[in-house]
Amino acid sequence: MKKFYLSCLLLAPLFMNAQTEIDGIMMSKNNFCFGAVYQYSSWDEYWEGTFKRENLNLGTVSTKSVALMGNYGVSDKLNIIFSLPYVETKASAGTMEGQKGLQDLSLTIKYMPFEKTIGKATYSLYALGGLSAPVSNYSADYLPLSLGLKSKTASLRLMGDYQRGRFFSTISGAYVKRANITIDRNSYYTNEIHYTNEVDMPDAISVNFRIGYRSNRLIAEAVVDNWVTQSGGFDITTNNMPFPSNTMNALKVGVNTKYTLKKIPALSLIGGCNFVTEGRNVGQSNTFYGGLFYILNLKKTTQENEK
Amino acid sequence: MKNKIQKIAYNSLLVLFLTLNYSCSDELTERNEQFPQLNPANTDELAGTWKTFLLTTPDEFSLDAPIASTAAAFTREINEIKSYQASITPEQKKIIKYWSAGGVLRWNEIMRTLVARHNRPPYQNEDGTYPAPSGANPFANPEFPFSNPPYAARAYAYVSAAQYDAMIATWHYKKLYNRAAPFTVDATLPVLIPKSALPSYPSEDAVLAGVTVELLKLLFPTEIAYIQEKAEEQKLYRIISGANVRSDVDAGIILGRKIAGKFIARAASDGTGAAIGNQALWTQLETQTAATGETPWKSLDVPARPPMLPLFGKVKSFLMTPEMVIASRPVPPPSTKSEQFAKELAEVKNYGKNATRKNMQIVTFWADGVGTYTPPGHWNAIASESFVELNYSEVRWARNLALLNIAMMDAAISCWDAKYTFFNPRPSQVDPSIKTLTGTPNFPSYVSGHSTFSGAACVVLSHIIPAKKTKFCGYGKRSFGF
Repeated sequence: MKKFYLSCLLLAPLFMNAQTEIDGIMMSKNNFCFGAVYQYSSWDEYWEGTFKRENLNLGTVSTKSVALMGNYGVSDKLNIIFSLPYVETKASAGTMEGQKGLQDLSLTIKYMPFEKTIGKATYSLYALGGLSAPVSNYSADYLPLSLGLKSKTASLRLMGDYQRGRFFSTISGAYVKRANITIDRNSYYTNEIHYTNEVDMPDAISVNFRIGYRSNRLIAEAVVDNWVTQSGGFDITTNNMPFPSNTMNALKVGVNTKYTLKKIPALSLIGGCNFVTEGRNVGQSNTFYGGLFYILNLKKTTQENEK
Repeated sequence: MKNKIQKIAYNSLLVLFLTLNYSCSDELTERNEQFPQLNPANTDELAGTWKTFLLTTPDEFSLDAPIASTAAAFTREINEIKSYQASITPEQKKIIKYWSAGGVLRWNEIMRTLVARHNRPPYQNEDGTYPAPSGANPFANPEFPFSNPPYAARAYAYVSAAQYDAMIATWHYKKLYNRAAPFTVDATLPVLIPKSALPSYPSEDAVLAGVTVELLKLLFPTEIAYIQEKAEEQKLYRIISGANVRSDVDAGIILGRKIAGKFIARAASDGTGAAIGNQALWTQLETQTAATGETPWKSLDVPARPPMLPLFGKVKSFLMTPEMVIASRPVPPPSTKSEQFAKELAEVKNYGKNATRKNMQIVTFWADGVGTYTPPGHWNAIASESFVELNYSEVRWARNLALLNIAMMDAAISCWDAKYTFFNPRPSQVDPSIKTLTGTPNFPSYVSGHSTFSGAACVVLSHIIPAKKTKFCGYGKRSFGF
């Protein structure tokens, strides 16, 4: 049943890419779901290491983005997902110029090797492999107003989903490997000066838990997401500038919803929000998003068969 | 069908695993780790007669004669080297590789790290005022120092000048006592670095460690443990590598410390401590500029921050008298009400609004703002990478960096004198719609600090390496937009 639902949900802010695919649902075979999501994320306060502060020279730092997304069902058990955001950043105070442009293209292969119904409960397991790479030559060394961190990433996520009736919970964990980046300076300071334009980017682990209601028409879920940078990062010292290879940690809570129109079952609306509650070297972002998705069946007969 | 899907899935995951593993090798190649061992073609044998900055004569500070190389005590010192070499560790080999690129070079790099580490403006108090770093209480909040560009320019200059005078004294005593190097006395002794033809007493590396540590204690008092650790490494490197015996090193430390004393006494009374000014001065700067009908500079930081080191123009220079500083003061800036200013303002605005990627690269490369080694540090890095290719002796390294850094300290003094004479606003103050691609510095606009440092550095470096004049001076002509 649940494989008919859309699996396009949430575009993560800046440093927390590739979250769209981490729900326990698959596109069915030959279906192509695509759409666009608009997101507004902003913060007034941020953490320098563990020191939380505001910065009146930045005011409110906001990130607006529009992402194109798609999910194609190669089979009922294998989906290919992409997303491509256009991002615009701005600081409401101070003299720093904002930035805008295309950010990173991400591609994910989502595979469900196991699904079993025992009684009223359905258990399923997933493996997700993701790659992302910047598609424009933006500057990563312009935090907090850079479009992204510009690192090519590869991630592997393992996920388990449990559904009983219309209630479900999903837990997943990922290791995100980040490639070195090059910046426009040929030397930079972390804990000493490095004489190279290459920056070693720390990897990250992401753990995500979702719980909620899931039916044909409506999905509503609460999400807790914890992003933890692994060794190699460093803290912003007081009143210093941020740097792409800072340790950036964030614990977020949020809500995601998706509603499929009754009259046009191929069309669905999504919306949600999330809030950083604890962080390290990141802004305490409040994020709101909304979007539209449409499902195309690329092989009519298949769908009829499945119906 | 099902098998095929499984196959695709597993293959894709396999490719991903391989990608993960492949991209795991993300070791950085850093330019300063590639520097070769110093092996000067010219030892500058007669450098003991070169002109000093502060020392009245090369032997102003005495150094005892060394024990004879025929003495039993000398043999025991050679045995110390052999015993280190017999059980040399990978860590010790790393130390040798690092320091054998050159002592002046490595201390200059260490200083750049210290400057970057302390180049942070103080965080405001609850009431919107700012605490000032205090040399008397360096661990308080904010830590001492705030190594902003003028502070850094002076720090680089004092260390370079002291190292230079110390190297002249070293060369003087080397020639005077003419003690043979340990590997000359004992031909069986392995030497792990290129052999120097110079007499070995005192050790130039130890003199450098002695003089530099004392100055850095004054300039970066919260870093003494870090500095001391580096100095211990440098001393050890000379002994383990077989370049010096213990008494060469001990004598070098003693000589270096004595020479440092003279520079420290001068630095303590050169006016830097008072350069921060006080509220009365900050107000006066504003009213005296307003009285001329011009727009006085205003801090664009929120909360407003006192201007950076308004009295730095009065700091005692190595080569310029106060009269010379005033005589070299530039003509006043174009009035903020003039057509010329409006035109220049429009140019800056246009750069901010229509920032090309290329221009952003130039700004990021040259910004040298908060958390960096500052513009003078950038020029030290540029100079060092050029000097490495030329394989200078330590005394020539010290001379060339001293010339560069003393010129840049004078640039800081003269530039700050002009800034606080005219107290001219930043473009973003006159037109708040002007956005910048890097932070706006918290001091008056005219004349540009970056340009003054670059102008001084390019002329000195072109004098030292005429063939690179185009490269050095082409650097000086970049636009910034703040």
